Amino acid sequence: MLKPQPPESTLIVKKRISDPLPVQIVLIGLTLLFFIGFIFLPLGLVFAQAFSKGWEYYLEAIREPYAIESVKLTLTTVAIVVPLNAFFGVTAAWAITKFNFRGKATLKTLLDLPFAVSPVIAGLIFVLLVGSRTPFGSWLGEQGIKIIFSTPGIVIATLFVTFPFVARELIPLMEAQGRDEEEAALTLGARGWQIFGKITLPNIRWGLLYGMILCSARSIGEFGAVSVVSGHIRGQTNTIPLHVEILYSEYNFAASFAVASILVFLALLTVGVKVTLEKQFQKNSFHH
Amino acid sequence: MGIELQNITKKFSDYTALDNISLNVASGELVALLGPSGCGKTTLLRIIAGLELPDAGKIILEQKDTTNLPPRKKNVGFVFQHYALFRRLTVFENVAFGLKVLPMRERPSRSAIQERVEHLLKLVQMDWAIKRYPSQLSGGQRQRVALARALAVNPKVLLLDEPFSALDAKVRQELRRWLRKLHDEIHVTSIFVTHDQEEALELADRIVVINKGRIEQQGTPQEVYDHPVNAFVYNFLGNVNVFHGRIKEGKVSLGTHHVDAPDELKHTEESASQAFVRPHEIGISKIRSAETDLTGTIQEVRIMGGQIGLNLACEGFEHPIDAEIPRELYVNLQLAKGEKVFVSLNRVRVFASDYEI
Repeated sequence: MLKPQPPESTLIVKKRISDPLPVQIVLIGLTLLFFIGFIFLPLGLVFAQAFSKGWEYYLEAIREPYAIESVKLTLTTVAIVVPLNAFFGVTAAWAITKFNFRGKATLKTLLDLPFAVSPVIAGLIFVLLVGSRTPFGSWLGEQGIKIIFSTPGIVIATLFVTFPFVARELIPLMEAQGRDEEEAALTLGARGWQIFGKITLPNIRWGLLYGMILCSARSIGEFGAVSVVSGHIRGQTNTIPLHVEILYSEYNFAASFAVASILVFLALLTVGVKVTLEKQFQKNSFHH
Repeated sequence: MGIELQNITKKFSDYTALDNISLNVASGELVALLGPSGCGKTTLLRIIAGLELPDAGKIILEQKDTTNLPPRKKNVGFVFQHYALFRRLTVFENVAFGLKVLPMRERPSRSAIQERVEHLLKLVQMDWAIKRYPSQLSGGQRQRVALARALAVNPKVLLLDEPFSALDAKVRQELRRWLRKLHDEIHVTSIFVTHDQEEALELADRIVVINKGRIEQQGTPQEVYDHPVNAFVYNFLGNVNVFHGRIKEGKVSLGTHHVDAPDELKHTEESASQAFVRPHEIGISKIRSAETDLTGTIQEVRIMGGQIGLNLACEGFEHPIDAEIPRELYVNLQLAKGEKVFVSLNRVRVFASDYEI
């Protein structure tokens, strides 16, 4: 049997559906150019500078006590901030998606505030709130608690700046999933914590992990807010980005970029974890 | 008494979802809450389950006031319209859920849970899928697993919220019969919500027709279908032809056709009324058999399986009349489009015109 020929017009339409070759070349080219100019080239320069005085200098720079202290402080901050923000994020997303209350829309908008406010301003807010010249800050000082110019201040500033990541990842996910499964669990006799542990958490775990990864990436790299509250005390309140900046302003470029390369490695690590998780996520979305 | 609802009222801001509803359901009964969407039937079901709280009224399950108990203490099985199976858990884990969340001292042993889940899955004919995930099952299969899950905790009452509405027609019908059979076996007091009158008529021991948050009528399917108390119920329970007429001297005139007005309307002054005739209660013939027969022309023929739908333009009637006749009669009378026929209205119901469709 003869197959009917498609009418000529559809053939023409088909050709026009994909963009003409020159357009494709231009678009792909522009994207590549951007990648080269803004990602590959700077990354290459970081390493070129880091190794400009040879391997030994590089190793020395990253093994120097202040550098090691800054890495420790950064990792400590991440270790405190990420679990806390995971907790706050889940709480906020839960409240917004599972309950109806007044001011819900406002709360949802306010969640984005840390993204909208400049990190420097965010840092200043905390200095004004708990700095040693404020009543609350001086009271804390009398109790022997120091927040500004010490680790707690850095943690608080980072908490603020990275707060939205988890919640923003979870809210659309939880909105799409609805309340049906939780209600079903409720009628089957489950208690709140059982519902959360057995139903809600497994349903949101990939979104939660993804939010936590973004949150750690930002925590590691945060400069502005941390810079304001830290006081730049070497070996005490310097995170990696602050240490990089100090070395740079001392014209110690090779050491500065050597420490910066640690940030690059940490960033690559988070991206790697993210990619692996995304693959897992796709595999698992089969059971959605 | 299985379920006693006393004066349940529920408002959402200024909209009254349920207006003083009282209803009794006997132990082991299967009752349908039937009504158009937005009539409050699902809200009522959710209130019984404890998923919503009533503004006023009492819910008594098996002689126990459960109005203010949280859902987990109500011992009610709930089947959701969209199944609400736990997507991350296997069929086994889904059904076992209600048993596994019991406090330690009430929880059955591992092997007892295994046994109960297997038994329930056999009951709903899903034992072959015990290791599957919900996403690997069809809609009808999911709903059967959901039913097994709800039954696992030995509920005093089973509540089903439009359980078949997300399924396609054929599966819906199959599952409906299957549920009726299952209910005859296990006799758990059940209420199901539906907007499908056919489903309610076929499945329920008793139908409760709800409209705008109030109960319009309740009774066996037969009673409700044959003796609807008002135009809403009549209209909601099947296809209808509506005629607007006036009652005069105890009679309603529909063209050349005169019908006795119902007793309660007989002595009213001349007043507007509505008369209803179901399409299958219209007789078609080629010979005039009574003086009251109407004359009509077939405008349209619809083949509906065993029945044939006719659209008739009748003399003296502004709007065409829909009739349904058996295919056999259609063939025997050698009917066709454009043919002239005599039409008899075999069963006319008259209601006062105080209601709008």
